[in-house]
Amino acid sequence: MKTIEVKKPSGYATQIGPAHPALKEPVMFSLDIEGERIKKVDFVPGMAHRGVEWMGMRRNCIQTMYLAERICGICGITHSISFSRAVEQIAQIQVPVRAHYIRSIVGELERIHSHLLWAGVAAHELGFDSAFYLAWRVRENVMDLLEYLTGNRVHYAIIQIGGVRRDIVPDQFPRIEESMKFFEDAYAKLAAVFLDDTTVQMRCRGCGVLTYDEARELCPVGPTARASGIKKDVRIDHAYAAYGDIELEYQTPDLLTGEVRGDVYDRIITRLLEVKQSIGIVRQLLAMLPDGPLLAIPKPAVLLAKLKGAAGEAVGRHEAPRGEVMHYVRLEAGKDEPAAWKVKASSYSNYLSWIPMMEGEQIADIPIIAASIDPCISCTDRVALVRPDSRQILTKEELHRLSVEKTRRIQASLVK
Amino acid sequence: MNATALLLTVAGTIGMALFGLFAGLWFTGIDRVLAARMQARIGPPVRQPFIDLSKLLVKQNVVPANAIPWLFNGAPLLALASAITILLYIPMAALPGLPVLGLQGDLVLIMYLLLIPGLAMVAGGLASGSPYATIGAQREMVTMIAYELPLASTVIAFAWKLAQMNVANPFSLSTLAATPIWTLVGPVGFMGLLLLLATMILVVPGELGRIPFDAPEAETEIAGGLLVEYSGRNFALFSLSLAVKTIVVTSLLVALFFPWNLTDFVAISCCPYLASAANAAFFLLKLFVVLFFSVTLVRISVARFRITQVVDVYWKVLGALSIVGLLLVMVDAYVR
Repeated sequence: MKTIEVKKPSGYATQIGPAHPALKEPVMFSLDIEGERIKKVDFVPGMAHRGVEWMGMRRNCIQTMYLAERICGICGITHSISFSRAVEQIAQIQVPVRAHYIRSIVGELERIHSHLLWAGVAAHELGFDSAFYLAWRVRENVMDLLEYLTGNRVHYAIIQIGGVRRDIVPDQFPRIEESMKFFEDAYAKLAAVFLDDTTVQMRCRGCGVLTYDEARELCPVGPTARASGIKKDVRIDHAYAAYGDIELEYQTPDLLTGEVRGDVYDRIITRLLEVKQSIGIVRQLLAMLPDGPLLAIPKPAVLLAKLKGAAGEAVGRHEAPRGEVMHYVRLEAGKDEPAAWKVKASSYSNYLSWIPMMEGEQIADIPIIAASIDPCISCTDRVALVRPDSRQILTKEELHRLSVEKTRRIQASLVK
Repeated sequence: MNATALLLTVAGTIGMALFGLFAGLWFTGIDRVLAARMQARIGPPVRQPFIDLSKLLVKQNVVPANAIPWLFNGAPLLALASAITILLYIPMAALPGLPVLGLQGDLVLIMYLLLIPGLAMVAGGLASGSPYATIGAQREMVTMIAYELPLASTVIAFAWKLAQMNVANPFSLSTLAATPIWTLVGPVGFMGLLLLLATMILVVPGELGRIPFDAPEAETEIAGGLLVEYSGRNFALFSLSLAVKTIVVTSLLVALFFPWNLTDFVAISCCPYLASAANAAFFLLKLFVVLFFSVTLVRISVARFRITQVVDVYWKVLGALSIVGLLLVMVDAYVR
């Protein structure tokens, strides 16, 4: 085991976080600063670990699905789609086509609401509170629409393993179309505020750059990757739900400006373009909505019995508003609960892009750069740091050795 | 100075201090409500600054362990006292006995006095022993250096014009109040004065540390910067000094550019008290208009600048603008 020495920095060192107005969730940036310039930056996550996976592995799959929804307070449908896709693959449940469409529609509405929430937060980090109020006021409309369609504003509880729990009926189409019209107007307004404003350009153009090559090395996902020009989108690359039935385009900033710079401004463009794209997707899917049942196995008791008999492992993926989310699930025959459940939230892949983005920038840029990847910290944290001061790097061999040791220990305790 | 005059000066000082505190807090409240309405919010009640203040005064006054206590506690007092002092020099409405120390001061004195509340905040920030406050203090010093160029060019333009017209005491504020500058210039100079007015309107938010020039406090970046360690009574004193400074800076702009009284336009001859009251109300109205255009409207329509951009804006843009204004005023004197 190699212990790293924490060196004393040359300029002056300060830290931002874990509790700081710039951060909506706890993470700590330690900064090596000269004047206003950031020389070196590192970050310490691990302050919001909740042990959701541990809880999920002690509940049956249907209960775990609702627990998965609560991993994130913003992308409610993301984790439930990913988890149920994994379980459906293991149990070989065929989801009805109509259910696929409804999943995609709710997923796109969620993308609109998440991107607007992000736009508000970003404006607030820039000190531009008027844009923050505008974005969040506009967002209320899609929250109301989600409540109208699913019954809930945040955790929609619409996904069920093998389908969805609520239908979207033709009576509801005018209300949805009304909202889509509203968002077309709102898109024009938001684009004027966020893209044409001189002060926003002054703060965001050329700030927090993640070049194409850096992005290739660090493998970010979602808008963070696309803003650097990487064409990567689970909806297109591995089409699922209803996304295979429609034409989709990678939303990179060059669609609007003709060039990719990979700065904060490009990340704003990417997200605004995705709001527009989502409006189109919702309309297209509504027009194509096929008839059919909503659930493959309507009775929960039957579903549970089938899941109890299922064995195997699978990965479920979904393009969340922040990028790809991946759930790994392993089921064993005769057990109600998942034998293993591993959640990779999208921010996990995006964290490391912070370092090349922040180095060389000013202290003033930290809040907007930190916000620009739209971090979801409590979704991502999988460990709690007990001793944050001592830092160690564990290699693959050491991790393997530690896990073998622990298995032996558990085996020994079971024998007693 | 005899005893009566001394007594009058003391009474006037107390009166001006009370006026500055109350009017400043009311204007802060009005600013908050107007900003809220323009952002489609309801906003707080207009008296919210008073409520905040009374709450702050009963809160615990924390002095950090690694602060320098005398400086940390002294800075808010110095800031408030110096802000009130400036009020005694600035000509306001044509009321008897105003300004309280009018005959002694001039524009140069006011420019120096205007620095003191800012310097007190810098001292307090550096004395509080927090890295955020240190960053904030450095930024505040840079901001002060930055807005000094456009401010100085404006003052020079005024004094030069008055001196060129052979007015006695060109830097004196009572001269300025008596001779509205707009009446002294032709069309070219008028353009120059408009540029100077635009510059001064954007110097005001810098002086008051409001968005987009609030880098020294920048809530989302350095968590309140200079003021991060202040709480309770000390913080209340700083917010009072900011309120008084709001009145000071807006009255300075009014005194420079809009020195007219209501009685200059409408003859109110029935009784002197009514005329004075009308003039005072007209003065408050002028302050409100200036505050609206230079603080409220600016702060809701832009994002915060980085500190380097603050310097760029004040030196390259507004500095250039004010120097062009100054040159136009000078050219005007020779082309007529």
